[in-house]
Amino acid sequence: MENKLTVSVSPHLHKNESVSKIMWLVGLSLLPSGIAGVLIFGTSALRVILLGIVSALFTEGILQILTKRKITIFDGSAFLTGLLLAYNLPAHVPFWIPIVGSGFAIAIGKQVFGGLGQNIFNPALVGRAFLMASWPRYIATFTTPLSYDAMTSATQDAVTSATPLALLKEGKILEHVSYLDLFLGRRGGCIGEVCIIALLIGAAFLLLRGYISWHIPGTYVLTVAVFTYIFAGENGLFTGDGIFHILSGGLILGAFFMATDYVSSPLTQKGQILFGIGCGLLTAIIRIWGGYPEGVSYAILMMNAATPIIDRFTKRRIYGK
Amino acid sequence: MKKLFHEFLKGIIKENPTFVLALGLCPTLAVSISLMNGLGMGVAATFVLICSNIIIAMIKNTIPEKIRIPCYIVVIATFVTITELIMKAYSPALNRALGIYVPLIVVNCIVLGRAEAYASKNSVMNSLFDGIGMGVGFTLALLLISGIREFLGAGKLFGYTLIKGFEPAFVLAMPPGALLVIGLLLGFFNILKERK
Repeated sequence: MENKLTVSVSPHLHKNESVSKIMWLVGLSLLPSGIAGVLIFGTSALRVILLGIVSALFTEGILQILTKRKITIFDGSAFLTGLLLAYNLPAHVPFWIPIVGSGFAIAIGKQVFGGLGQNIFNPALVGRAFLMASWPRYIATFTTPLSYDAMTSATQDAVTSATPLALLKEGKILEHVSYLDLFLGRRGGCIGEVCIIALLIGAAFLLLRGYISWHIPGTYVLTVAVFTYIFAGENGLFTGDGIFHILSGGLILGAFFMATDYVSSPLTQKGQILFGIGCGLLTAIIRIWGGYPEGVSYAILMMNAATPIIDRFTKRRIYGK
Repeated sequence: MKKLFHEFLKGIIKENPTFVLALGLCPTLAVSISLMNGLGMGVAATFVLICSNIIIAMIKNTIPEKIRIPCYIVVIATFVTITELIMKAYSPALNRALGIYVPLIVVNCIVLGRAEAYASKNSVMNSLFDGIGMGVGFTLALLLISGIREFLGAGKLFGYTLIKGFEPAFVLAMPPGALLVIGLLLGFFNILKERK
């Protein structure tokens, strides 16, 4: 009889969620974009994705065996890191690029800090930044989508093309890239970032289920649009093409799937809004005046570093203190 | 003799200036791009360390307590100037590669730290072996860091390409690479220490 009464502290409501379940569902929400990437760039994209995931799981398992910690390779977080890293790579990189990148992302981006929940930076972006700084000629060389020239060109391999943002940076006019092309992903770019409509399907799923809130992606995308509209124009202020800047590059992938990483983004809504605005400003500044054509990954990494200070200044006041 | 050998050995492992005391990290971060630079820096710092340790241990009773740090600096700066002039005369390429970090040995915390913490309290003989041990420990640490960085960042060791077709990770030859390698090695040595 004495076992019937359980006394415990709040919270008493239990929701049937776990970190692992959320991780796998985020992975699921990225599936449409992956399918689109494979359709656009061919089977080499699938190879990069698989290598990235396998390498991430393998590194996580090895390190957890070596450090004698609980093996958590099936909680979905390492899977997600590998997947996101592969989505941030061009389709025709050498086979060792996703392997090294995923290994670095898990080892240095995550396990060095103590595993899931301890990392200050988004592990996938740490891996990408490492690859970008180490082997820029592979990471910044993009593959032409199959739909462009599968009919005309006999060889599908090693056809490279610049991304719309890189063309813009070089001052070339982009008349052949329409908004519809950008929306459907008919452009050069990384595997997972090109097909905006597929990304938005996944993002809508996450938003409706409540796994991410609108605060970070909403303010992020809006800030980039407003800032580029004001400053990115050729003919003076307020002539920039904000919609082009939203649809090109890795903004949608970064804003909805990487800036919203639970571990490395602020906790409060106010903090998340600040985080999104900061990411947006940094991205736009790098795109307009920086040395790189694309700034999403560096912007998110820099704001990850600012997350502790944002949390400190936006945490709620305890009543009575 | 056993005591002297112990003084020598502690600088290499138990009190390694880079990995245990974490002293002199600025030149370590800056010059550890290639093995040659690391070796040059290590030998230069070792020479200064030994000489200044001996002199300071000799004059420790004559210099007034209140102005001891300026006195140490004068002694150290003398030997750094000698080192720099020798390096300029006989190996100008290395001098160019190390740049401002040779004169900066004057304010290297290892040299000043050993003068203040050891040579000013111990005999000349002990200080000599402490200087040798610390210098060798610093040189070995530099060689380890610069070896890893040169091999992974440029694909070479002492300027020679070892493996054909190996594509070096350029980031390790840049400043972030130095911080990464030193951080990981520090963590690694801490793990080893805890295991014991």
